[in-house]
Amino acid sequence: MAESHAHHAHEPQDAHGHGGDHGHGHPELPFWRKYIFSIDHKVIGVQYAVSALVFLFFGFCLMALMRYQLAYPSTPLNFLNGIFGERRWQSGFMTPDFYNELGAMHGTIMVFLAIVPVLVGGFGNFVLPLQIGAPDMAFPKLNMMSYWVYVPGGLIMLASFFTQQGAAASGWTAYAPLSVIAKNGETLWLLGMVFLITSSLLGSINFIVTVAHMRARGLSMFRLPFFVWAQLVTSFLLLLAFPPLEAAAVLQLMDRVAGTSFFLPSGLVVSGSALQVAGGGNPLLWQHLFWFLAHPEVYVLILPALGIVSEVIANNIRKPLWGYRTLVYSTIFLGFMSFVVWAHHMFMTGMGTTMSTFFQATTMIISIPSVIILTCLLLSLWGARIRYTVPMLFALAFLPMFGIGGLTGLPLGLTTSDIHLHDTYYVIGHFHYVVAPGTIFAVFAGIYYWFPKVTGRKLNDFLGKLHFWPSLIFINMVFMPMFFQGMAGVSRRLYDQTQYHSGSGVHTLTQISSWGAWLLGLAQLPFIYNFFASIFVGQKVSDNPWNATTLEWAAPSPPPHGNFAAEPVVHRGPYEYSVPGAAQDFSPQHIA
Amino acid sequence: MNDLRERVFIITPAAIWETEVDVHYGWWLPPNIGGDNAQGVDRLIYVVHFFMAVLFVGWGALFAYCLVRFRDRTGISAAYEEIKAKPSKYAEIGVIVFEVFLLVALSMPIWASVKTKIPTGSDVVTVRCVAEQFAWNFHYAGKDGEFGTTKATLVGTENPLGIDRSDPKAKDDIAVINTLHIPINKPVVIRGTSKDVIHSFFIPVLRAKSDLIPGMTVPIWFEAKKTGTFDIQCAQLCGNNHFKMKGQLFVDSSENFSKWLDEQAASAGGEEEEEE
Amino acid sequence: MTMGLPCEVKAHPITGIYNGKFAVWLFLASEVMLFGALFSALVLLRAGAASWPHGYTVLNVPIGTLNTFVLISSSVTMVMAWASLKVHDFAKGRQYLLWTFLLAALFLGLKLALEYYPKFQAGHTPGHDNFYGTYFVLTGLHGLHVVGGMIVIGYFLWPGAHLWHENPEHYTNRIECTGLYWHFVDLVWIFLFPTLYLL
Ligand code: HEA
Ligand code: HEA
Ligand code: CUA
Ligand SMILES: [Cu+2]
Repeated sequence: MAESHAHHAHEPQDAHGHGGDHGHGHPELPFWRKYIFSIDHKVIGVQYAVSALVFLFFGFCLMALMRYQLAYPSTPLNFLNGIFGERRWQSGFMTPDFYNELGAMHGTIMVFLAIVPVLVGGFGNFVLPLQIGAPDMAFPKLNMMSYWVYVPGGLIMLASFFTQQGAAASGWTAYAPLSVIAKNGETLWLLGMVFLITSSLLGSINFIVTVAHMRARGLSMFRLPFFVWAQLVTSFLLLLAFPPLEAAAVLQLMDRVAGTSFFLPSGLVVSGSALQVAGGGNPLLWQHLFWFLAHPEVYVLILPALGIVSEVIANNIRKPLWGYRTLVYSTIFLGFMSFVVWAHHMFMTGMGTTMSTFFQATTMIISIPSVIILTCLLLSLWGARIRYTVPMLFALAFLPMFGIGGLTGLPLGLTTSDIHLHDTYYVIGHFHYVVAPGTIFAVFAGIYYWFPKVTGRKLNDFLGKLHFWPSLIFINMVFMPMFFQGMAGVSRRLYDQTQYHSGSGVHTLTQISSWGAWLLGLAQLPFIYNFFASIFVGQKVSDNPWNATTLEWAAPSPPPHGNFAAEPVVHRGPYEYSVPGAAQDFSPQHIA
Repeated sequence: MNDLRERVFIITPAAIWETEVDVHYGWWLPPNIGGDNAQGVDRLIYVVHFFMAVLFVGWGALFAYCLVRFRDRTGISAAYEEIKAKPSKYAEIGVIVFEVFLLVALSMPIWASVKTKIPTGSDVVTVRCVAEQFAWNFHYAGKDGEFGTTKATLVGTENPLGIDRSDPKAKDDIAVINTLHIPINKPVVIRGTSKDVIHSFFIPVLRAKSDLIPGMTVPIWFEAKKTGTFDIQCAQLCGNNHFKMKGQLFVDSSENFSKWLDEQAASAGGEEEEEE
Repeated sequence: MTMGLPCEVKAHPITGIYNGKFAVWLFLASEVMLFGALFSALVLLRAGAASWPHGYTVLNVPIGTLNTFVLISSSVTMVMAWASLKVHDFAKGRQYLLWTFLLAALFLGLKLALEYYPKFQAGHTPGHDNFYGTYFVLTGLHGLHVVGGMIVIGYFLWPGAHLWHENPEHYTNRIECTGLYWHFVDLVWIFLFPTLYLL
């Protein structure tokens, strides 16, 4: 079985139906058990990844609309009146309320419905059990549940757009009291979050047990591919950081529907009349609970990305990664530290010097492991023989892009410079550099790299390059201007920046940025075409087309139910490339 | 809310919004008209960006070199042995040391000054600021230097601050919307809070920012070294009209400031009589 | 399930526990964070409050105390259930499980009838003030955990009982996991009771 696919490599292309031939002595499952309510980690991984990519695209569309409003605040688009309806689009213009909905939902969708699901649910699910030589996750049913709890979470979020008053519009941070006195979309947002949190919790428990218990023989912790380590630390972050947000969501739901005032201080006067609640609550309590989750969450967005990038780089430099153990220790340290920096998002809330000293110091400390990780990856290039494959291009581009994003975190982490930069476009620029040309590029690297494992076929190289270069250029065109806007003092979440002098001063930049965003969208067309076309007509490749060493390449492509014909036994570390004296320039982990 | 905005325009005729600003807002930090703290903010921003540039260029040069030198071509093979990289250790230690320097020498002292060295004394101008959706209410103590009491129950469109005019201290209090007049070269303390949701009081040219949170009062202090008219921005999402929650900062010469205070006092008194 | 994954029933040689038990411990870690966050919220709100009643002046301490004993007893019966299964006494194990179930129901009954109901009657709803707000959220969430526990116990009492006949060790393990969870629910109450009722 394990060999049966290997020989197909140079067969003429045909519509190869994968799925019918996976035996292992299991009874044939009906379609809906196999592809819809599947308990196979690979199917679930693909389900997660595809749903998440759709959400990624949707998140992009929301943002593309916002970028129009930002660039051309006084040029009407009348043809959209009918499409969006009176409440959202009036006489050619987006309403401010709709802008805020788009902003809040863009952030929420990108973080909770696109990036985390594709990184953890998609890549984690598909690749991790294969990389540790396991037949499946430790709890296949729990895995299925995790996906099927994510789906309603997403549907609730989407549905909120179609309710009478529309979706949540208080930012992805949902700061109280604004979110408490806001319209009903906010309640749906909270409900949706409860589902998404639950889904992540189920997933993270599964991942940790799987890594701890299901590794192949000989696969000690320090022989794990770095990707597995990254997923493991990420799972701990999800496990421990999400519950406080769940608590916060429950409290805010109570404030909204049961008339409590956990986040509402006494004496609020809204639109000229006193709010009829008991009061006595604390708006900052919400922020503490939110950021206690949301800071670790940003490392959830970056660690698996670093994992993917490390795999791709290790494979394409044809030599071991530099400082594997250092990478692992830095990642663990980063995980720990991420729980004690959350209040760097709250420097402007009237925090005194004791608190701020602590949090700006921890923030500086947390930048060190990132510097070390980046340095390890850079030094790995020294003495390499770099293959410029498409996944490698994305992985390499990730490094300086993450560098820019990470470095611009420093002035934000220092309270004094944060005074000017907080809540300006500088912040938007900072984190988009880490999540967009950072994480999204890592996602692309991963897709190009593992696509052959999922489908048995390769994505087209030319289209891949046609995807890469314009994406790299345009994504910088979107986000580089934001640093200058932020310096100039343009506040974020502004429906119309030209209301302020700071905004009209940089309006040209705003327009450049918008054009960048739209062109970036266009630059995805080769990818989308490549993605769907290659499933059917992509070049068929062997089980190990990249000459890689890790275990996922020891399984057939696509791997059957149960993954490996026989349980693999591991003999060496993950990145044994160019071992002196070896016959080939790669020594797979499972070959004695 | 509409009549509020009308009142804004009565106090500040539209023309002023356009003409009085002679500051150039460009693609970089706006002009800095503030005192030592504001200068300290800029100093740190410059130093930290210089540091970032060094790191980026340093690492970037290594990166670019590797990309070219170690590209896949015939005749080269990858080295299995790990290189010893002392320089990277030194660089990492350098980063740590420099970060400590940024923290201790450039960030903490300014922050301590901003947060704890709130000026007191007779030449300090103290203004209360109560933010609401979507306006800035400023409350001056008037001649007696004491703020009158305010009550939530008195809040209305005519009295957005809820000043209790029956309190003797409140007789000469001045309330203005969306315009903040301050004298040049004097420490100004804004005691900020909010009525409804969280706003953030942001004056780019003074490098001053602080959230205004209902139920809390925070002091924000600064000095202005140049006269002129500048924007007050709201930096925290506070609802639909967050984008035009705009205030005007007038930095006046001392004489103009006193003149303005007198005018306001006169009209405040006038209002008073009308009401009674 | 047909597949039979490693460590599904037998302990892992290194960690010394089977998959399910590991998962429950992890789940409990996340639960600690959940209740930890709520307790911190309570502390913060109380510290910042203008006034905050002492629990014993407004809550029904005798019923709370009684309920504490009810829950502790249910933890004991839970252990007995597991111990009986360990020595292959299914009938006895099941009996103890039933007791656990009934004690949990008693806890909820007392809570609803003698605490929640009179409070709502008196207008002391969650929205009354933050004392009642935190009281209802904390005890309510704890109550939901009790309900969740009852569902699981009920499942193993009735529809899930057949697993005993197919794989007694697996069944016993599941009861052990349920027990771990149940002790945690009990423990949460042991923190809740003094914090809310006695301080
Ligand atoms: C993946 C996501 C991610 C990552 C990794 C980070 C990483 C960091 N972030 Fe960021 N951050 C966000 C996502 C992320 N952040 C988001 C989403 C927000 C805004 C939320 C909101 O308000 O809506 C935010 C906001 C935010 C703030 C609050 C700003 C404000 O509101 O005023 C702060 C302040 O301290 C901060 C700091 C940092 C720091 C110090 C790091 C450090 O970990 C960075 C360390 C990395 C480095 C120092 C780079 C080192 C690299 C090199 C030296 C090599 C260069 C390489 C080459 C040239 C090849 N971030
Ligand atoms: C992971 C998080 C993430 C990601 C990836 C992005 C991606 C992008 N974001 Fe987003 N953004 C946020 C998180 C994210 N954002 C958050 C948290 C906020 C703050 C919200 C708030 O204020 O509350 C924000 C706010 C925000 C703003 C500020 C709005 C404001 O303050 O008013 C802007 C403005 O330009 C913006 C732009 C963009 C752009 C141009 C991208 C681009 O990089 C998008 C690129 C994506 C694509 C081009 C799509 C590619 C699609 C595919 C490849 C699909 C293929 C499908 C198949 C094959 C099935 N974002
Ligand atoms: Cu007030 Cu934004
Ligand atoms: Cu953070």
